[in-house]
Order: sequence, then structure tokens, then C-alpha cells
Amino acid sequence: MKDPGHLFWIFISALLINNFTLSYFLGLCPFFGVSGRLKTALRLGLANIFVMLITSLAASVLNAFVLPHAPYLRLISFIIVIASTVQFVEMVIRRLSPALFRALGIFLPLITTNCAILALALFQTSRQYGVVEGLVFALGAGGGLTLALVLMAGLREEAELSTIPALLRGTAMSLIIAGILSMAFMGFAGLFSGGG
Amino acid sequence: MKEPLLPVLPPDRSADLTAEFVKGLWRENPIFVQVLGMCPALAVTNSGVNGLAMGGATFFVLLGSSFLVSALRRWIPRPVRIATYITIIATFVTVADLLLQALVPEVHRELGAFISLIVVNCLILGRQEAFASKQPILPALADAAGMGGGFTLALVALGGAREVLGKGSLFGWSLFGPHFEPWVIMILPPGGFLMLGLMLLVFAAVREGREKAARRLVAREEAA
Repeated sequence: MKDPGHLFWIFISALLINNFTLSYFLGLCPFFGVSGRLKTALRLGLANIFVMLITSLAASVLNAFVLPHAPYLRLISFIIVIASTVQFVEMVIRRLSPALFRALGIFLPLITTNCAILALALFQTSRQYGVVEGLVFALGAGGGLTLALVLMAGLREEAELSTIPALLRGTAMSLIIAGILSMAFMGFAGLFSGGG
Repeated sequence: MKEPLLPVLPPDRSADLTAEFVKGLWRENPIFVQVLGMCPALAVTNSGVNGLAMGGATFFVLLGSSFLVSALRRWIPRPVRIATYITIIATFVTVADLLLQALVPEVHRELGAFISLIVVNCLILGRQEAFASKQPILPALADAAGMGGGFTLALVALGGAREVLGKGSLFGWSLFGPHFEPWVIMILPPGGFLMLGLMLLVFAAVREGREKAARRLVAREEAA
């Protein structure tokens, strides 16, 4: 177990500095597809955090027991294990807490094969995070996705009410908004040298 | 009525192979028109070479999986088709990953995890579900080549434009000499979003202009 400061920086780095959406371009499909409404965006973000935590655990288990023997199976086993674990947890939630299922359920199949989820497992592997570090990393990355989604949804709700050129409506507008958001997030890059 | 376990296939018709190929290049271009598979398109296109490598890898994976899915389409049970497609795609991605690592280790290092992430590129799964699983092998290959080609073109265009603006070079060749002040933001993450946004804007403008011209033509013919 490393010191708590180390875990804190893993969290902050994934949340702000190396934000999955805005600086690694991961999970863009839901980022542009589902960011129309603030409420939906928030729920999708929470579902994302949830799936990421499960993914991180599954990846830790795979890394410990399976992959040392068969490294070339990494991709296939990640995808299959993550997808089936999420499916399984979804069934459990449906039985235990229908309310939670109604809030997050519809998003779960949608994000299981999202590139942010797979990237989380791959990054965790290549950085050799342990179980606790992996979970903190997942929490930060999921939180970062949620943050980006919510910011984006707020901006798009605002943009809908203002007059913008007809050509800009739609994806082009979203991309340019995302570019400006991403520029703002670059400002966090200075955090590391100041605090670490 | 119960859904049949194996897919019911439409009768084979001699589809126009050229049309299947060409549509992916421009009219249904995956990046500029359908806006699919954006994650790799933005993440690795900070130079023309990276765009080309990523596009080439995606092209290879798309072609291979379309071939296999189309060849096996009568034997893949419908309820597990998505899982089957993903397993097939993941196999080809693993091959591409190992190939790139062996042939061009520098490029492989720079693309990093994004080669593996081709597995979850929605463009590839989308083509299997929408096209290859319902068509014979030749049209499926033509479609895959067109879509993969269109994707590669878009990636090279994005990467090239960002490299020219952000580094003052194209495919590593310096263009403007030592006095060029690079627009660094273009090779950083925000530049990806901004450049794709601008390119989509250009595409929308071209389409708008064409539609206007067509409407004017119709109006003139009605008046005559």
C-alpha cells in the first residue's frame, strides 16, 4: 500500500489533468450523443463511474491470474469479461434495487463497449496499478467523464437558446465547444509541478 | 412469432461493387458525414504519419472482419451475433497490434493503447451489423474497403492539417523554413476538436451550397 498522497494524485490526474474525454478523446460517442440534456448526462456519468469501478476490479483479477500465462489474450479477455461482468451486475441490480436500475440501467449496455471503459483497463495494466490504485484511478476517470458530460450538456442547453448560424448547428458546434472546454482543461496541467 | 435462431438472408443480388466501394469514400464518409469512430480519429491525428498508421490499421481490421463475418453469416446465431463480431474484431486487432509492433516500433509506441482501442471503434462494429452480416463476401469486402479508405483519408487529412499548422511540417518534411511560428495548440488535444469542427463546417457548407444550387435549378425549370 502506497502513501495516500500518491493515490490522491492518481485521482486528480485522471479527473482533471488527463481527463479521459477532453485530453485523451475517449468515450466521445456518448459525449456527443447523450450530452443534450443535463439530467441525462448526469445519469450517464454516474453509470460510467459504476461500470469503470467494476472494470477496474475485473482487470485486476485478469492481470493477476490469467494474463501472465497468455498475454496475447489480453484484448479479447478484457472485452468479454468486462461485458459479461457488467451484464451480471445489471441483473443483480435489477433484482435488488429496481429504482437504481431504472436510473442507470438503460445506459449500461451502451457503455460496456465504450472505448473509455476498455482504455481504463488497458491503462491500468500498462501503468501496473494495484487493486486500490486501480479503483482510485477508475473513480477519477469516471468522475472526469461525468464532469465533462455535465459541463458539455450545460453548454449545449445554453447554446440551443441562443442564435447561432444554421450551418453551425449540430456536431460542428459541439466539437468547437468541446475544443474550447479542452483548452480550459489544459490549464490544469500546471497542477502537478505545483503540488507533486 | 418466434425469432429464427439463424438470420434469414435476403436473396443474393449482384450488387454494384463500385458503388459500394465509392460511397464510403465521400458521400457516406465515416468521419465527415456519419461522424463515427471519432475517438481514434481525434486522439492520434497530431501528425500525418500517425493518421496514416491508424487509418491503415483500421482498414486492415475492417477488411478482415467484414470478410470473416460475411463468410460466416449463415452460421452465426442471431442472439450472440454482437459478441461474435467483437471476438472476430478483437482477433484482427491483436494481429494488427503485433504486426505494427514488429514492423514500425516507433509508430506503435506513439499510438500506444489506441491501436488496441480499434476493437471498440463503433465504425467497425456498425459495418458488421449493418452490412457484412447481410451481404455476400464481395460486396462486403467492397464496402469495407470503401469505408476503411474513407476513414484513412479523413485521418490523413486531419493529421496533415494539424501537423502543418501545429508543427509547420507535413509527413515530417519541414514546409515553411525556420521562421515559421507553429500554432502549437493544433497538435494538442483542443486542436483535434477544433480542426474536426472546422472541417465538418466546411462539409456542411459544401452540402448547403449544392442543395441551394439544386433548388434553384428546380425552380428555374418549373418557371420555364
